[in-house]
Amino acid sequence: MPNINEIANSAKDNAGKLGIKKFDIYGSTVDDTSVQVDQGEPKQVKASNRSGVTVRVWNEDNTMGVTSTTDVDPKGLELALKTAYEASFFGVKENVPDFSPEATIPIPNKPQDKAPQAPVAELIEKLLVAEKELLAAHPAIKGVPYNGLSQRDIDRFYLNSDGAVRTESHSLASVYLYSKTEEEGKKPRSAGAFRINQSLDNLDINGCIKETADKTISHLNYEKIKTGKYRVVFSAEAFLSLLGAFSNLFNAQSILDNQSLSTPDDLGKEIASPLISVYDDALHPANVGAETFDGEGTPTRQISLIENGVLTGFLHSAGTAKRLNTQPTGNASIGAKVSVSPNFYHVFSTATPEQEFSLETAENVILIDDLQALHAGVKSLQGSFSLPFDGWLVNKGVRTSIESATVAGDFLELLKSIIYVEKEPELTPGGVCPKIWVNELSITGE
Amino acid sequence: MLTSTLLLSNQLPTLQYSSTPERFDETWEAPLATLLGLGRAAGADFIELFLERRNYISSLAEDDAITSISPSLSTGAGVRIFRGKADCYVSTNDLSFPGLKAALEKGLSILGLQLPTAKAFIPEINLELLRDYATKRGKDAWLPVCSSIREMGEILLDGTAHLKQKASHVQSRRATYFRDWQEVLIAASDGTFARDIRLTQSVGFNLLCADGANRSSIGDRAGNTSDANFLRTWDSQQAAEKIAESAGKMLYADYVESGTYPIIMANHFGGVIFHEACGHLLETTQIERNTSPFADKKGEKIAHESLTAWDEGRSENAFGTIDMDDEGMPAQRTLLIEKGVLKNFLADRTGSSRTGHPRTGSGRRQNYTYAAASRMRNTYIDSGEYSIDELFASVDKGIYCKKMGGGSVGATGQFNFSVDEAYLIENGKITKPLKGAILIGEAKEIMNKISMCSQDLEIAPGFCGSVSGSIYTTVGQPHIKVDSITVGGR
Repeated sequence: MPNINEIANSAKDNAGKLGIKKFDIYGSTVDDTSVQVDQGEPKQVKASNRSGVTVRVWNEDNTMGVTSTTDVDPKGLELALKTAYEASFFGVKENVPDFSPEATIPIPNKPQDKAPQAPVAELIEKLLVAEKELLAAHPAIKGVPYNGLSQRDIDRFYLNSDGAVRTESHSLASVYLYSKTEEEGKKPRSAGAFRINQSLDNLDINGCIKETADKTISHLNYEKIKTGKYRVVFSAEAFLSLLGAFSNLFNAQSILDNQSLSTPDDLGKEIASPLISVYDDALHPANVGAETFDGEGTPTRQISLIENGVLTGFLHSAGTAKRLNTQPTGNASIGAKVSVSPNFYHVFSTATPEQEFSLETAENVILIDDLQALHAGVKSLQGSFSLPFDGWLVNKGVRTSIESATVAGDFLELLKSIIYVEKEPELTPGGVCPKIWVNELSITGE
Repeated sequence: MLTSTLLLSNQLPTLQYSSTPERFDETWEAPLATLLGLGRAAGADFIELFLERRNYISSLAEDDAITSISPSLSTGAGVRIFRGKADCYVSTNDLSFPGLKAALEKGLSILGLQLPTAKAFIPEINLELLRDYATKRGKDAWLPVCSSIREMGEILLDGTAHLKQKASHVQSRRATYFRDWQEVLIAASDGTFARDIRLTQSVGFNLLCADGANRSSIGDRAGNTSDANFLRTWDSQQAAEKIAESAGKMLYADYVESGTYPIIMANHFGGVIFHEACGHLLETTQIERNTSPFADKKGEKIAHESLTAWDEGRSENAFGTIDMDDEGMPAQRTLLIEKGVLKNFLADRTGSSRTGHPRTGSGRRQNYTYAAASRMRNTYIDSGEYSIDELFASVDKGIYCKKMGGGSVGATGQFNFSVDEAYLIENGKITKPLKGAILIGEAKEIMNKISMCSQDLEIAPGFCGSVSGSIYTTVGQPHIKVDSITVGGR
């Protein structure tokens, strides 16, 4: 398997041979290993070492074509460049993607500190211990049907024919545990947790075990909930998953495509409660998988999206930034049609709430821990959602698991109905966020 | 001397194989048999090699312009090794003999297996004569017949023009198309040696309409495997009319009032209810994990006696049709439920060995980066005896779920799916459009509440995500009545 420098050099050579004057390439190699266990035995070990590149080629008429390939030897790259060149004659003629003006701006050195990969036997051993501890946590926990411990090395690069060259490497380790209960006369219940870090040594496996056990046990004694309007508290994960599902609010490409709940004129408008601020911050210290440049080579950065309830910014590619007369933000993926997506959300509050709330004292609020089926229950272009969830009815600190229910509402109305943003942030794979209190939402139970 | 024909492990570095690089054919037999022998010599109980080459292209038309043409080429291989109960899966992009050997060695070492000593014999693995489904059915000719980039563009733009004509209050119009050409070769230490080509295509619309605060977004797509002319035969005008009508009706729809209702679910993509509420739970993948309430119910009644259901890979041109699965086993028709009684599960090789249920040609995977797992193919509830009028006449107040969205099922058998187009039924008649409905329930409970099936079975293309990635499947059913189900809404 060629390494990242060999891929980059070979691509440059081939472009030269084919007479392609303007091109750019984004690529990555991933080396990962993951293990699963089942009832005290290793279940499956997966390992892969794979590479992929996407090449964009501009022809003499300045229309652009693209091709992705996993065949990264010189022959494969030559074919990809040829295919992209052929496709370029069918490329768009208006708003043709171009190099990012920031693709050659120096990025302050980021330590390329890959963690050494642990032996597979060590991964299996740690996961077997985790499974054993979960099974021992409560007699009702009969299995951990979904589990995994993985480690991954990632190398990325971007280069273009104007001389931009960026490379970056990092490591990630992650664990997920999802346990299930069985009790006579009761429905099976389940819950899970996830942790991620740069290395296996620093991975909080014990925290993951404890959170999974606590959550699963807390769902053992469940009750139906009456249909109605409730005050709702979203966990960090639940709120961020909802925010992510409606990220077209901030997505400049979606806005330009009329595929968003926002328009360019909405900048400066109050779209949420003044209690909430939202940043996209790829370089947040808590983002263990932080990437310093995007698919177009633009450096990533902190972007203010909502400041005290006011819409303050959009996420841009080089192309959308040019069309809206602003700067790219480091949120682009390379492609024929460049897509834009958030990197790492940071949700917080700097405003003083009229009233502070606490789950220890509140009466009959719904704490939503995890939203499900977002791919099905979110109408992102309509602003509405109707989603099953895992959660509890909380009454003066006492949590009662909810058997089966959905939460429904309009996301823009929800943003305005936020009555409290807690102070203590929680880390999730998609960002950091405290618990968010929303005044009233429709809950369907029985 | 017999030994003179046997390969010694220290000869491996000197071997020169010349497999056809552009095609998976008989020239791959020798290197793959050698690798399988090497794995067996190291002590593996079973080894499978899955080789894949893919040529994919997608295109997007927005309003009146083609805004994306995205070709993607990929090659890769997956090596699966079993030792006792444990198994290991290693994937690589490198299809050269040294590349495949490196992947095999990595897998062996993960399972604690050592390569044989320098002078050890590599056992001969006798592969069967290549079972070449691609050649047998003339599939090698498919790719060149598919629409060119220019033709794709013309057809999609024609489609968005029809949308403009048919719909009102249009905010955006999109037409999408993809063509996924895949060549696979499977060799395993039990002698399996099989090749196939799959051609999957899909084309459809997404329409967003807005009038003040009222919005409706709706999508629809057609899908096909095995017809190189598929895109040319797509009736974009009819598809545009259908989606424009749905979007128009949903634009001013009220939100559904949450509660428990009887529902009538339309045929075609309505089959997602069976896919989520039962199909996944009949996969041995779920039985292995003890996440299926039906695990020990074979031969027992698990559903209403009106319900018979199939999963098969052989319907002509359907989205989940396969000549063989990704473990080289020919596809078959599998009767899942007959008049409410559970008849069979869906098993891949591993699931079969771990649960005892016979393999059904259901080992499927998204691509070479995934090990195969038991997955659905074309899955549907069979036609019943009632007319649609009889179904409606049986409902005083309920919901007609005409067009379904996606759904999912969890580890406890609780499922959910959304409804993109719904209507209120009052006294057996459709009275007004509704939006925002999501249906939730327990698999075990809902299967006994599907009490009436009409006679109009239709199938629809879908995408199914699970442990071995996203694959092409078909869902289907006639119109059905569910006696009661929880509907989430406002």
